[in-house]
Amino acid sequence: MTEEREFDSASFYRFLAEKKLMASRCKKCQELYLPPHPICSKCHGNDMEWVEMKGKGRLAAFTAVAVGPSFTIEEGYDRDNPYLVGVVELEEGPKVSGRIRGLDARKPEGIKVGTPLTVEFMEQEEGRRCFVAFKAR
Amino acid sequence: MSRRARRLGRGVALVGAGMSKFGAFADKTSRDLFVDAFNAMTKTVDKGVDTEDIEALYVGNYSSDLFEGQGHIAPIMADWVGLVPKPATRVEDACASSGVAIREGILAIASGLYDTVLVGGTEKMTNLPTEQVTDTLASASDAVYEGACGFTFPGLYAAMATAYMAKYGASVEHFMKVGIKNHNNGALNPKAQFNRSIKDLMNARIEKAKQKGEPVPYWRDELEFLKDPRANPVVAWPMRLFDCSPITDGAACILLVAEDLAGDFSDNPIYIIGTGQGSDHALNERKDLTSILASRTAAKQAYEMAGVKPEDIQIAEVHDCFTIAELMAIEDLGFFKPGEAFKATERGLTARDGAKPINTSGGLKSKGHPVGASGVGQVVEIWHQMRGEAGPRQVPGKDIRLALTHNVGATGGTCVVHIYQRR
Ligand SMILES: [Zn+2]
Repeated sequence: MTEEREFDSASFYRFLAEKKLMASRCKKCQELYLPPHPICSKCHGNDMEWVEMKGKGRLAAFTAVAVGPSFTIEEGYDRDNPYLVGVVELEEGPKVSGRIRGLDARKPEGIKVGTPLTVEFMEQEEGRRCFVAFKAR
Repeated sequence: MSRRARRLGRGVALVGAGMSKFGAFADKTSRDLFVDAFNAMTKTVDKGVDTEDIEALYVGNYSSDLFEGQGHIAPIMADWVGLVPKPATRVEDACASSGVAIREGILAIASGLYDTVLVGGTEKMTNLPTEQVTDTLASASDAVYEGACGFTFPGLYAAMATAYMAKYGASVEHFMKVGIKNHNNGALNPKAQFNRSIKDLMNARIEKAKQKGEPVPYWRDELEFLKDPRANPVVAWPMRLFDCSPITDGAACILLVAEDLAGDFSDNPIYIIGTGQGSDHALNERKDLTSILASRTAAKQAYEMAGVKPEDIQIAEVHDCFTIAELMAIEDLGFFKPGEAFKATERGLTARDGAKPINTSGGLKSKGHPVGASGVGQVVEIWHQMRGEAGPRQVPGKDIRLALTHNVGATGGTCVVHIYQRR
């Protein structure tokens, strides 16, 4: 699947709004990049193509944030209502950062690295871009 | 691809080192702190230094722009210590800003351009409320992809901690033991922001409750205190308040000179025999989430240049912005095998009287972490320890000939390592 879009963050977020998690792939050496890189770090080629990820993966690392940045405080999160964010290793290989849902942020000691997850696309809010989220399968 | 061995064009020596008190100082600006550090430094130059002899300034600073509403601080720092019109350069690499400034100073002398260079770092962080400090520090990670989904600076290290726990079987108690050890050292450092042990802080809390007639808390020991969410709340699980370095105001300065001039300034100079610097991807693009490629890269370069091995290093100041960061650092530096640092810490090997003393200053955890000043602050400790001038916290029973500093920018995007020798 190829798309004529620049390999930049605007394209990545536009795809997310279309509910597609898209990586870039080096046509020369097949290395996958998520977020999409325009230049291959492995072979230094710059002929890339878009590839859609299936969105299935496993939790590789996570945290329950009690003291968040201002925009999460506006979302209603705080010490008593923490949110989960983590790094997810996709079946295709790349890892991606995203919000984690469907697991209990108040009991992080019960959450296991390796938990299977599926991509979710967090609703676009006024003035903010859609961003990557995952939920427990 | 083969590459010739990297070496400096000529040797560089450290002939003075000093720092301001680290802490929270409502009335001080970054320039006031810098002047304090400069004055403390000049006092340590055995034969004195004439400001006229200083040819250039490199100053590390992360974000005076956001913290104080003051950009372009290098000429101001130069002016306030009397260096104008000499060249003054600000270096920004997040928490590694002044570590990289040291390297720039070394390279400037090694190139033959200058003989005498002032290197410093300064940061004034406590003007802003905590939420805005959180936002400012988060901007040192990848704002477009990591920050956007809600990762904070503590959160990224917390995520590394969960990966480390899952991979090696470490527990939250192992992280707490790093903090206890560093506070034990910081308790002996009068310049430290929190110069008290965690046991002292715990007892002070009990005493305060008694005085106020409030219910008196009971904690059997420091670990029980640290596990109590009222005493030690979670910031980003599994990192709690006492796993995080504090928000700090502070500055530090060192004087670097060409090696053949060292005797003109100092009776007991310290030679910088290795320098290394590396970079790394954002966290999600790292192959291994429990190790920082920039650290391993910088360490390898510094060891190769110095011609020494990790086991030769007698003491080190490493970047413990979070307790997990110290464990990863001492593995990435080759002091301990991957997955062994938490066991070594538990056995006391990294304590002041252990086989490999780490962060005898108290580390960033207890001494404080004025981000852009921390890299030079580390060198101040190495200077005192190597010259046997560290007072009550002097490492016992060691004639320190080789030491190392390890300074990381944010979550590991930058790392700079230096190796020091006393001859
Ligand atoms: Zn390639």
